[in-house]
Amino acid sequence: MSTSIQLKQVVKRYGSLEVIRGIDLDITPGAFTVFVGPSGCGKSTLLRMIAGLETITGGDLMIGGARMNDVAASKRGIAMVFQSYALYPHMTVYKNLAFGLETAGYRRDEIDRRVKTAAETLQITPYLGRRPKALSGGQRQRVAIGRSIVRDPNIFLFDEPLSNLDAELRVQMRVEISKLHERLGNTMIYVTHDQVEAMTMADRIVVLKDGRVMQTGSPLDLYNTPANRFVAGFIGSPKMNFLEAQALDGGAVALAGGRFELNGAQTGAAGAQLTFGIRPEHITPGNGTGQPLGEAKVHLVEHLGGSTVLHVTLAAGPDLTVVAPGQLKVTSGETLPLSADPANCHLFDPNGDALRG
Amino acid sequence: MTEAAHHDMPGRTGSHPYLRSGLLHALLMAASFVMLYPILWMLAGSLRPASELFGGDAGLIPSQVTLKAYADGWFGLQVNFGRFFLNSLAISVLATLGNVFAASLVAFAFARLTFFGRRFWFALMLGTLMLPYHVTLIPQYVLFLKLGWVNTWLPLIVPKYFAVDAFFIFLMVQFFRGIPRELDEAARMDGCSAWRIYRKVILPLSMPVLATAAIFSFIWTWEDFFGPLIYISNMKMYTVQLGLRSFVDSSGTSSWNELFAMSILSLVPIFLIFLFFQRLLIEGIATTGLKR
Repeated sequence: MSTSIQLKQVVKRYGSLEVIRGIDLDITPGAFTVFVGPSGCGKSTLLRMIAGLETITGGDLMIGGARMNDVAASKRGIAMVFQSYALYPHMTVYKNLAFGLETAGYRRDEIDRRVKTAAETLQITPYLGRRPKALSGGQRQRVAIGRSIVRDPNIFLFDEPLSNLDAELRVQMRVEISKLHERLGNTMIYVTHDQVEAMTMADRIVVLKDGRVMQTGSPLDLYNTPANRFVAGFIGSPKMNFLEAQALDGGAVALAGGRFELNGAQTGAAGAQLTFGIRPEHITPGNGTGQPLGEAKVHLVEHLGGSTVLHVTLAAGPDLTVVAPGQLKVTSGETLPLSADPANCHLFDPNGDALRG
Repeated sequence: MTEAAHHDMPGRTGSHPYLRSGLLHALLMAASFVMLYPILWMLAGSLRPASELFGGDAGLIPSQVTLKAYADGWFGLQVNFGRFFLNSLAISVLATLGNVFAASLVAFAFARLTFFGRRFWFALMLGTLMLPYHVTLIPQYVLFLKLGWVNTWLPLIVPKYFAVDAFFIFLMVQFFRGIPRELDEAARMDGCSAWRIYRKVILPLSMPVLATAAIFSFIWTWEDFFGPLIYISNMKMYTVQLGLRSFVDSSGTSSWNELFAMSILSLVPIFLIFLFFQRLLIEGIATTGLKR
């Protein structure tokens, strides 16, 4: 079942403090949409407004075409998984799963059937008689998800559900949630501050900052064509390198003391101050085929096994991070030439918007 | 090696660990004895013949142990003392039930609901804690007089159902604040009304504070002398505390033995409560939040 969600100029104010500033959003039915952004950007608030746990100060929330601003949380056809799971500590796993159904007045046998099915799906059947405190973090997480599934909602909401898990478990649960989406096909909205989670799980990503949408798109769209400096720096790890540049005639920029040809890309008026962005993985150390960036001195080498991270300083001054595949035989103190393909380069105007050529 | 072996035992470090520990224990036992002395004396007084009470030989050990005081005390008054026990029990239980239930409802409202003037009403409620009993005493008596409730148990029980004890409300508010709000939110998503959240989520998780409130409420109602004194004149309706007073006659001839005997008996319920519920009591007072 796929339900559409639309936000039209949605605003949220706490007194005089505006936290969400007029957001327009169309959530694709059946898609796995991720709200991502730094702390305080309003992603959790937005999610809670959709859930019905926060009031909407202005604008309209449409679910399945109907205006839901004043509809109670439990009547919106939404189930939510909380960051801290919010399992009822005094109830067994079975009761936790059954509670919402009991409140809604379902019959005993129907409740039993649904609970057992959800438990099967999430492999928590052996734990049905236990209390939450007797479960591990990952098991509790699954019970929290199970509690959402039993209610057979139209929409699933996840509020940073993996933040409380250790790294290994997080990777495991990420895969499970993605598989769950494949199997159920419902519209799912997932909030996280971790851009790796966003990139790996999302069909569509919504990047938020200070209560505004910075960009929406598929993960690769955001990676390849960020609309502004913020998105460019937020998506991708390690972070994109930013350098001061100046537009020159003939489709080139003055960069780090040298001239960098951009093969006809849009640079705007000559003399304009720009920001030049290049991802660490798009810089080639040593003798490469792209445009030269200059000589750089290596001051830190990190070996990850499958790749090598170099922290370098260009002769002209700026620091860069470079990620090269494989295991590079480079030591700290060495000087290397760097180059990059102009197609992988990004330019941003003083407002932070991307220049597209 | 001896030092290391005793390292983790309190008081057992340094040289002569046993001596130090022994001294500490002796000191504590002496202090306890001093504190307990009046009760021990009263116990002895209840078991010895009347002539021995205030003479020169008024030590702790009675020369003769007799249970006459208990029999006389129980059956000696116009009304069987057992009746007083039942009365006290009835009043204490009813008052405690009302107190705990009403206070928890009010505490839930203050801790979890939003309504106009909530801060004002909360401050006002806390303000009542500062009102001395003596200030409200006469107006309350006049009120109950007009209602025709004097010489009944109603003034001792009914007000409790209206959450008059700000102390317990405050205690519960603090406890409820320690319960994560996300549980309320999850319950809301599950379709619960505020009443259902109160009944199915908050109350079951509040057992420590409810037990604390119940225990204190019971003890304070059981020990209340002044309330029954002004509202009950019919001896058949006396509580234990009023019954005890009957032994101390205004004419000067008092039955001390019987008084001591019945006083010891009236302490038994309180003692039992502390014995069985001390863990809950400590947990309830100390907890400011849920153990997760």
